[in-house]
Amino acid sequence: MPQFDVTAFSPQIIWLVITFLVLYVLMAKVALPRIGGILEERQARIDDNLDTAQNLRNESAAEAEAYEESMAEAREQARSAIFDATQEMSVDSARRHEDLGSRLSGELKAAEERITEAKEAAVSGIQDAAASVAAEATERLIGIEPGEEAVASAISSAFDASMKGTG
Amino acid sequence: MAESHSPMEQFEIKTWIPIQIGDFDASFTNSSAFMILSVLAATALMVFAVRPRAGIPGRWQLLAELAYQFIAKMVSDSIGKEGRPYFPFVFTIFMFVLFGNFIGMLPYSFTFTSHIAVTLTMALVIFVLVTFIAFAKHGLHFFSFFLPAGVPIILAPLMISIEVISYFTRPLSLSIRLFANMMAGHTLLKVVGGFVVPLGIFGVVPMAGLVAVTGLEFLIAFLQAYIFTILTCIYINDAIHLH
Repeated sequence: MPQFDVTAFSPQIIWLVITFLVLYVLMAKVALPRIGGILEERQARIDDNLDTAQNLRNESAAEAEAYEESMAEAREQARSAIFDATQEMSVDSARRHEDLGSRLSGELKAAEERITEAKEAAVSGIQDAAASVAAEATERLIGIEPGEEAVASAISSAFDASMKGTG
Repeated sequence: MAESHSPMEQFEIKTWIPIQIGDFDASFTNSSAFMILSVLAATALMVFAVRPRAGIPGRWQLLAELAYQFIAKMVSDSIGKEGRPYFPFVFTIFMFVLFGNFIGMLPYSFTFTSHIAVTLTMALVIFVLVTFIAFAKHGLHFFSFFLPAGVPIILAPLMISIEVISYFTRPLSLSIRLFANMMAGHTLLKVVGGFVVPLGIFGVVPMAGLVAVTGLEFLIAFLQAYIFTILTCIYINDAIHLH
């Protein structure tokens, strides 16, 4: 086996030491610090970006909260405005209703009064007519002109009796 | 794949440029060439692919960052905060072994991690370093490592001998595991590959096996680099925290 050829040991070991030391110096002084720096820098940048993202997220959350708040406020306002308007409208309509009722009842009363008046006028007209008819009839029948007062009282008593009779 | 080639031929160290320093043979060999190639490849990935300092990495940079984070996590998981100073060392071990294993998977290449001289040297350096850290951190208290707390005093001699043996065989198990895995895998590929041509039309059977084993070998190439590295982490953790 060539591996156990002792005369070949020393060149291998000497070149191993030389090449290994060269590689060690290159790695320890150049490659590893450089790559370490790059990785660190990248990590710092990633952390930085993550921080920024977190901040933006917090900001947007605050914004959303403010929006929710103003939304709720507006809703509350709208509700109270609707409530007020409804209240006002119902008060108004109640007032109008009352006005209309009182006006109608006033007119009704006036109409009733007018009817009563007309009725009374009509009744007295009838009484007068009845009185003159009765007086004339009495004169023609018996030739005596009855007193005006006697005719009126007789008519009115007969009228009252007929009114009572009819109810 | 000529029949005259033995499956072990691929592991031969071939001297390209003979160099002699004092009493030592420091010749530039195929092993040295692939070590340099691994260092270049690792450097290309970790240094040159990371050039653009963009916030969004490209494919190669992503791979480099992945490797960084993989080992960084391994170190912090198995050692903790105190493991930070050893991260470059652990990372270098991982890259060196990983690229050695992967480049060795290329046809006609050479796998320097399949040599006990290389893996044992690395394991011994790790062993010495870990022992040094342990003494520097805990002084003589380090010896309590060999007798876990709560062991009945009767069992102490047994426990201590077991712990001492297991401690001192660490570099052996660490180095033999890597070298044997790499060597066995490559030998298997070579042996199975040697059946393909002589079997003629039936050579498709070993050929299919070869494809499957090659896939498996890529997995092993990564896995052995991972195991070598995580064991290093565990040893360093033992040195820092004892038991």
